[in-house]
Amino acid sequence: MSETKALEAMIGEEYKYGFSTDVEYEDFPKGINEDVVRLISQKKNEPEWMTEFRLKAYRAWIEMEEPSWFNATYQKPKFDTLQYYSAPKNKPKLDSLDDVDPKIRETYEKLGIPLEEQKMLSGVAVDAVFDSVSIFTSFKEKLAEAGVIFCSISEAVQNYPELVKKHMGSVVPIRDNFYAALNSAVFSDGSFCYVPKDTICPMELSTYFRINNMNSGQFERTLIIAEDNSQVSYLEGCTAPMYDEHQLHAAVVELVAMENAEIKYSTIQNWYSGDEDGKGGIYNFVTKRGICKGDNSKISWTQLETGSAVTLKYPSVILKGDNSVGEFFSVAVTNKMQQADTGTKMIHLGKNTKSTIISKGISAGRSNNSYRGQVKISKKAENARNYSQCDSMLIGQTCGAHTFPYIESANPTGKIEHEATTSRVGEEQIFYLQQRGLSEDDAISLIVNGFCKEVLKELPMEFAVEANKLLGIKLEGSVG
Amino acid sequence: MLEIKDLHVVVEEDGTEILKGVNLKVNKGEIHAIMGPNGSGKSTLAKIAAGHPEYEVTKGDILYNGESILEMDPDERAHAGIFLAFQYPVEVPGVTNTTLLRESYNTIANSRGREELDPLEFDDYIKDKLELVQMNPDFLERSVNAGFSGGEKKRNEIFQMAVLQPKLSLLDETDSGLDIDALKIVANGINQLHGEDDAVVLITHYQRLLNYIEPDFVHVMIGGKIVKSGDKTLAYKLEEQGYDWLEAHAKVNGEAV
Repeated sequence: MSETKALEAMIGEEYKYGFSTDVEYEDFPKGINEDVVRLISQKKNEPEWMTEFRLKAYRAWIEMEEPSWFNATYQKPKFDTLQYYSAPKNKPKLDSLDDVDPKIRETYEKLGIPLEEQKMLSGVAVDAVFDSVSIFTSFKEKLAEAGVIFCSISEAVQNYPELVKKHMGSVVPIRDNFYAALNSAVFSDGSFCYVPKDTICPMELSTYFRINNMNSGQFERTLIIAEDNSQVSYLEGCTAPMYDEHQLHAAVVELVAMENAEIKYSTIQNWYSGDEDGKGGIYNFVTKRGICKGDNSKISWTQLETGSAVTLKYPSVILKGDNSVGEFFSVAVTNKMQQADTGTKMIHLGKNTKSTIISKGISAGRSNNSYRGQVKISKKAENARNYSQCDSMLIGQTCGAHTFPYIESANPTGKIEHEATTSRVGEEQIFYLQQRGLSEDDAISLIVNGFCKEVLKELPMEFAVEANKLLGIKLEGSVG
Repeated sequence: MLEIKDLHVVVEEDGTEILKGVNLKVNKGEIHAIMGPNGSGKSTLAKIAAGHPEYEVTKGDILYNGESILEMDPDERAHAGIFLAFQYPVEVPGVTNTTLLRESYNTIANSRGREELDPLEFDDYIKDKLELVQMNPDFLERSVNAGFSGGEKKRNEIFQMAVLQPKLSLLDETDSGLDIDALKIVANGINQLHGEDDAVVLITHYQRLLNYIEPDFVHVMIGGKIVKSGDKTLAYKLEEQGYDWLEAHAKVNGEAV
């Protein structure tokens, strides 16, 4: 293969989800004001309380300033030209897969997410969100037998209003931050999951987010509630077409774990990251937070962040119940001109609460990768424990890695440990593996996988292989 | 098998010339020892033969089985059967020895049109090799060279050689840092692996390794050149007299040392 061809093949491989789907969209005005917020609510046929929730959020949002404290620079989104709601034209909400627009079905097939239940990974239920609306949720009946509710948030507003009303905004309040407020005003869809008392969810739940429309933002809202003695594992995956313009993705995820409940939330984020010069790519500004409300509850966040032009994301746990456990396992990979400022917050309120943070940042190209984490032990949190480990790996000479840990302890019995390392993938390391027969790309992939092992093993089995591959593809050709 | 012709090599970064016209011919079935004082260019010779990116060939050629390998990437040279046992084996945290070795073995097997081995077959295959260097099976599940003692790292190199079965093994100071027991184990391993179809080049400071591995030829390298070649008796002479007499000899020949 000639050098140019090899190069082209590599670039082609780099982001294989960059295609767009040609579907007809419903008309919707651009920009945002109270009428737009009302219109979204109306489109979704929402009850009055939901409309009020949105309006309250909108009014809070217009008073708020866009934050700029993070270690990233970018052009601010133009909120007045953004389209806040984008739904494919035909078909109202569907119960049968036959009703899904074939083009959209094809999109998911291309992404490797077949919507036919028999073709799916066994034991994984999928909710597919295309731009602003949920397209299809699989295995609904099987889950219903176990008493688990898994549906789009729009359906939940219609069918389980009491649950939504009680919990939405309880973990991430409307005014929490600029983007959470915006999301609360204009969120379009997302997933809802409710696991009743004494129930172990019989399968992995998964939502697959796809931004297709060029001018639309995606504002999804996810709410997961695990009642006493229940367990659930949930995974989200994200891709988007390649456009020259930046697209905004501002999600809110709320998790509620009651007594003895356990929620495991995993993310494989592979939004389009922009080109070599930082043109295009997704702004990934999301607020994710869980509360361990009941005693002995546990929330784990595992994330593999490989995409997006700019990522600002801090999945957090409020450890309210005594003996509750919070975990954060993260791999953030940045290449080219990507910027990631990501980490977690562990807020210890209950006694004997325990948190673990394992963060692996990998930077290549001209990218910038920051870990930002807060560990807070409140006065009443007797015997709280935290262990944090933040490792950074640099590939090449033109990237940056940063660590910003914030530690606050108001209780003398608290124990906080923090370890941090920085290493560089050296020429010598690559040469060693090449001498053992591996290609340069395989060598880097192996080194990186080794570096991330502790985190990758936390991903659900079904996705671990995919994650390994993704890391390899992401860093292909990143060394001279 | 290996033919090095008037090889001149510089450090790519600053252009310092390290090898100043090396000639060496290694045939199948032979063991060669290259000796010489620190900084004479012995390790560079091994590294450049394996394709280390830090160095650049400015003149001369390296032929392997009659063909120039200068344009080949390090992995292609490995596929062709060239193996370098590193003087300072590199750590790869989080990657187990088994993972690396299986990937190496299968990549090389694949390039030579041989069957790849699945994890179970591979386990069987490497068990014997482990005994060769007397290493505990636990060792397979440890991260490559991470936290290994100096001796363990060197033994690991020979273990890798045993698994990958190269045609040409370049062993760069595999003996340094080994205690006498480990030295015997390593030497015994190399002897057992060596046969009529492969060649071994030992790079060493000390004659003591040659007590256990008998070389067919001994070369002395000084100032980036091979200044003297002979049989194993040359090694004894070096042990007794050091390199001074040869350095003087090199100067007489008009080379700055």
